[in-house]
Amino acid sequence: MEIYRAHVLVCTGTGCTSSNSGKILEEFEEHLKKNNLENEVKIVKTGCFGLCAEGPIVVVYPEGAMYTMVRPEDVKEIVEEHLLKGRIVKRLLAGDKEQETISKSLDNVEFFKKQKRIALRNCGVINPENIDEYIAFDGYKALAKVLTEMTPQEVIDTIKKSGLRGRGGGGFPTGLKWEFASKSKDDQKYVCCNADEGDPGAFMDRSILEGDPHSVLEAMAIAGYAIGANQGYIYVRAEYPIAVRRLNIAIEQARNYGLLGRNIFGTGFDFDIELRLGAGAFVCGEETALMTSIEGKRGEPRPRPPFPAVKGLWQKPTILNNVETFANIPVIINKGPEWFASIGTEKSKGTKVFAIGGKINNTGLVEIPMGTTLREVVYDIGGGIPNGKKFKAAQTGGPSGGCIPASHIDTPIDYDSLIELGSMMGSGGLIVMDEDTCMVDIAKFFLEFTVDESCGKCPPCRIGTKRMLEILERITGGKGEEDDIEKLEVLAKNIKASALCGLGQTAPNPVLSTLRYFRDEYEAHVRDKKCPAGVCKAMVNYVIHAELCKSCGICARNCPVGAIKGERKVPYVIDDEKCIRCGVCMEKCPFKAIFKNA
Amino acid sequence: MKSIAELEEIRKKTLEQINMRKNNERLRVVVGMATCGIAAGARPVMNALLEELKRRNVNDVSVTMTGCIGVCKLEPIVEVINPDGSKVTYVKMTPEKAVRVVAEHIVNGRICRDYTIGAEEGK
Ligand SMILES: Cc1cc2nc3c(=O)[nH]c(=O)nc-3n(C[C@H](O)[C@H](O)[C@H](O)COP(=O)(O)O)c2cc1C
Repeated sequence: MEIYRAHVLVCTGTGCTSSNSGKILEEFEEHLKKNNLENEVKIVKTGCFGLCAEGPIVVVYPEGAMYTMVRPEDVKEIVEEHLLKGRIVKRLLAGDKEQETISKSLDNVEFFKKQKRIALRNCGVINPENIDEYIAFDGYKALAKVLTEMTPQEVIDTIKKSGLRGRGGGGFPTGLKWEFASKSKDDQKYVCCNADEGDPGAFMDRSILEGDPHSVLEAMAIAGYAIGANQGYIYVRAEYPIAVRRLNIAIEQARNYGLLGRNIFGTGFDFDIELRLGAGAFVCGEETALMTSIEGKRGEPRPRPPFPAVKGLWQKPTILNNVETFANIPVIINKGPEWFASIGTEKSKGTKVFAIGGKINNTGLVEIPMGTTLREVVYDIGGGIPNGKKFKAAQTGGPSGGCIPASHIDTPIDYDSLIELGSMMGSGGLIVMDEDTCMVDIAKFFLEFTVDESCGKCPPCRIGTKRMLEILERITGGKGEEDDIEKLEVLAKNIKASALCGLGQTAPNPVLSTLRYFRDEYEAHVRDKKCPAGVCKAMVNYVIHAELCKSCGICARNCPVGAIKGERKVPYVIDDEKCIRCGVCMEKCPFKAIFKNA
Repeated sequence: MKSIAELEEIRKKTLEQINMRKNNERLRVVVGMATCGIAAGARPVMNALLEELKRRNVNDVSVTMTGCIGVCKLEPIVEVINPDGSKVTYVKMTPEKAVRVVAEHIVNGRICRDYTIGAEEGK
């Protein structure tokens, strides 16, 4: 067996892959060879480290030095300095570039200090395409334990005791869900994994599948044993090609080792998993629509009851859990339910992974103990808001959720406190908004999404959300009418009460939540025809200050629609009719002579 | 996979290879590998350290390189660093001495005083 004295981990998640980590891998291969280090230093492809804003990420062990924003041309220096001479390349280090001692577990990097990685435990640590590395870090040990030492009921009791709740949005207790399915009598049952991840901006599940696919396979087999199922399906969107490839590799490797298939560990338990690719429709993340889609039909929801635990896929008892929910299972079995329940808050145990995006410095993926405050997430982990702007609100729960305003920034994040604020945990998208964000515009954005994604089966969702969107378009278009806000509220209430599935029932939430905290902004749009944040185009215009204008013509040259005219020595003017309010002129003017009127 | 023993075997074998990525090191061994170190024979010393650690199944000790420590005439230099930062500096190392450092210091906790920088300076 080869002995390597150093490992170079290169992130090959979707984020870093799109910022060229493939090229970085090639460069490492080439430079290690050039320096005769290929037998001493091992290159490992890993999944997401979470610090996507700073990608591509390279981590060198044993020092645990984390290099960020690595360019292909930096590789030569890392090889020749760090790997050949043992001198860490400080200019590329994450966070505090001056730090002398580098921590092994990356704990020195501010971004990781308040995190606790359970679901993401192996992401960025192991090579997801190598089952042996998963096994090395206790992989498939939980499955072995469950099959040889525990009864199905003991497994269910363990999960119940841990307090684990579904990470896909609803927060339903996982152990209870399994118990219902185990009690349904039938000759065939199924375990499904929801990897549809339709929330705009969310990529928690993708990162787990890309970085640690075996954790999901192992957990599904455990679930199969617990409820008495021998077939699993992972419903994953086709837009996740890297996740799909790694899942296929992982399933293949697990089958070769006999960790999937017949008679696992010689216990007589059979379990196998197949993938089903979704075409990327948001509604297919809803459980009944997802199962309908697996059956090969058009992905539309159906009324519940019957619940899937009684009649699910092909009318058979079925459980459906989210990717992240599953990723927690093996650790709970290995470390015990008490350990898991000791993390988090009274009613929300464990951790939650969030994809943080929007107006935040450290865009990326974080896993925090339940009960961490929004302030810690935004300022300590997220590194604050760019350009010294003020925090205005955070949006959680995507198109089904709502916003948490600055006045509640010290709220501990867990299922119940978010519901209380009129938002929800959701699957983990967290979009940060600064003072330049118009809340009416945000609500409109989410409603556009649900209108697009509504499957059309039930009228409240198909027609009702469309009407709401029309009102919002009117309001942001500067044509709001006096009773528009009340109309929105009435529609919202009725849609919530009458839509067939969760998509429609939650679609009004972004509107209701912004109305709750930012009603004055709606009123400013409707009554004063003003957008306080200066976002809604119909209510802003750009003007050139005649005295400050030096007639250089830069604005006119950059205007994409030719709306600016002028000549030498005469101040330029903007044709308000033609202007599309893109703001490029203001950005380009070297004399700061262009102003935005909100 | 027919048994848990098989799984355990794969776990152990692979863990040896990738253990350095876990935060469980007891000691860190640093070898001076600047030009002076390499010229004085640091590479065979490092290989001897790695092989001996491996042979004895020690997997909570990492071996890394560093640049010139500053006393080039005493190269090859090997430092054994405790988690609290205190360290023992061995000088004028050879592969044979390296094997002894692993056996006595790293495994049994007895510092090989005669190889240390203090002993050399006292000569
Ligand atoms: C419109 C809609 C979209 C959904 N999308 C997802 C999704 O992308 N991923 C997911 O895990 N759950 C999604 N859900 C929630 C699922 O219906 C279901 O509750 C969840 O997968 C159950 O798993 P859990 O208990 O582990 O959270 C969605 C629900 C609705 C109503």
